[in-house]
Amino acid sequence: MLKIEGLTATVDGKEILKGIDLEVPTGEVHAIMGPNGSGKSTLSYVLAGRDGYEVTGGTATFDGVDLLGKAPEERAALGVFLAFQYPVELPGVGNANFLRTALNAVRRGRGESELDAMQFLKVARARMKELSMPEDMLKRGVNVGFSGGEKKRNEVLQMALLAPKLAILDETDSGLDIDALKVAADGVNALRGPAFTALVITHYQRLLTYIVPDRVHVLMGGRIVRSGGKELALELEASGYGAPQAA
Amino acid sequence: MSQVVHTGAEGFLHRYEGLRERLPGARLPWLAALRAQAAESFRAQGFPTRRVEAWHYTDLRQVTQATFDEALTAVEDDIVLPKARTANRVVFVDGRLRSDLSSWPTMATVASQIGRIEGRIALPDEPMAALNTMLFEDGMLLNIPAGTDAGVLEILSIASESARPTAFHLRHIVRLHEGAKLTVLEVNQGPAATRYLHNPVWQVEVGEGASFTHARLQQEGALAFQLGSIYATVAAGGTYDNFTLNAGGRLVRNEIHATLTGTGATCHMNGAQLLGDGQHADTTTFLDHAAPGCASRQTYKTVLTGKSRGVFQGKILVRQAAQQTDGYQMNQALLLSPDAEMDSKPQLEIYADDVKCSHGATVGELDADQMFYLRARGISEAAARSMLVRAFLQEAVEGIADETLRGALETAVEGWWERQGEPTP
Repeated sequence: MLKIEGLTATVDGKEILKGIDLEVPTGEVHAIMGPNGSGKSTLSYVLAGRDGYEVTGGTATFDGVDLLGKAPEERAALGVFLAFQYPVELPGVGNANFLRTALNAVRRGRGESELDAMQFLKVARARMKELSMPEDMLKRGVNVGFSGGEKKRNEVLQMALLAPKLAILDETDSGLDIDALKVAADGVNALRGPAFTALVITHYQRLLTYIVPDRVHVLMGGRIVRSGGKELALELEASGYGAPQAA
Repeated sequence: MSQVVHTGAEGFLHRYEGLRERLPGARLPWLAALRAQAAESFRAQGFPTRRVEAWHYTDLRQVTQATFDEALTAVEDDIVLPKARTANRVVFVDGRLRSDLSSWPTMATVASQIGRIEGRIALPDEPMAALNTMLFEDGMLLNIPAGTDAGVLEILSIASESARPTAFHLRHIVRLHEGAKLTVLEVNQGPAATRYLHNPVWQVEVGEGASFTHARLQQEGALAFQLGSIYATVAAGGTYDNFTLNAGGRLVRNEIHATLTGTGATCHMNGAQLLGDGQHADTTTFLDHAAPGCASRQTYKTVLTGKSRGVFQGKILVRQAAQQTDGYQMNQALLLSPDAEMDSKPQLEIYADDVKCSHGATVGELDADQMFYLRARGISEAAARSMLVRAFLQEAVEGIADETLRGALETAVEGWWERQGEPTP
């Protein structure tokens, strides 16, 4: 279970998260919706451990383990995965090398044996086929020259390979056409199960048509102001987020 | 009896005076005259100071304040050699050929058979080349006949352990006739605790349609000074490919002069400088486009850790005759420490009107977004740094087609990482 209590955080000295309380039970997928500037991306970065996002109060634990004091790579080894809103380009780093290094790092963290190049290729090719990704994407530099849709697909591929326990999807739908959106959603849905927990951060309802959440939370002004079932997303789509303090 | 200690230029001139009757080829009038001329040039110029524009960023006082002895003639002592990377390898110990440790292709001659180099040896203007000409004892003469593919040859220079600083000056002469091909892997090494000066000079003449690939691994000992120069000319349709890895030494200068003399000649100069605490490395290039339709490409990458200093100076001269020149130069530095410093000075001097010439320079730190992306995928901070540094070097290395060269380079980069206390991924 992901459990966040009274979480406050600042960026460049400015308070962005003003006391987040949130519980996502194991096996559930929760959506976080909210207008631009409400703190959605900040929450995802704070949970993943990015430098420059300073936690000033509160706690965040996953399966009882404190996340906030850990380095990003330690969180990844615990099974936390952040799908980036803007996947980073790594010129000169081959995608296959990157994916294998990441997979083996996480496998080491889980006490599993590392995969050699052949074993890795077999696993990667199978996952890529499921995601309709051309194999030459393994040979290219990480995200270099990838279209917006290819970058997001590459995020979903990483998620499929690393098999996280907790996935945080930060606006995975942004910049995607409907076909790419379906592929990304299928990738997430394929991981759903009793041991997979996810936080789906989105501005729009349309992603939630394909990844149907168990709960929907509204983040505004750095706080969760409303929570409800999946129908809340449709209501927000129809009526908007309204006034910031409308709880 | 009091002994006078000679330092700097005076020390080397003193040695020349003492040795001139015994230097290889001392009885050949043309060579004796050339050495005397070189001594005059070196006496007039001395070691360059920072007041000389081309040496503004590199201070040679560490070199000029030291006293260097001649290396003792080590004939048959046991020297531990790195594993040979090619079938043919020529080994020079302290600037002298060890024929017992060497084998070379039939077209190669060792330059100490000095009668063979008459008319082939030039005296460039620069003081370091003058010093070399005055005192060189040995080197390779590679004379590749027209249409011959001479394969790959390793040339290893190794310094032996010595309680007192030593100096040696290898002189290599390479001539490729029309359509000839040659790949040289030049490896420079020495012990960690010996101070020495290695002052090699290469004269390279690439004939019409010929192709010379020259990869240099500079891994001199931690206290060593290496001040090397290359003078290359490339005739019509010929190619000179130089790749230099500067990873060792305390104070290093890699100076390359290339002149494209015939239509359609090509020159690639790529390199990487990997510097740690206390190291200073300077890459200085002069690319002279003297004929039309030639192309040059330069990509240099410098990675600096600790308190180290890197220098890149690159000048491209496009003469009036050199229409349709295609010139490109890029130098980039990655600072991994707040105490590291990089100086870069690109220069274009263009007299032709129909040319494509560009240059760029960047100095930066590791990208925080890239670091976070890798770490968020479970990759440790140290491994992420290593991946990004290798990626940074990639562009300079990717032009190397030969697998032997690539392998040697890869090993050298790993060795550097290990010395920095970083794990390789």
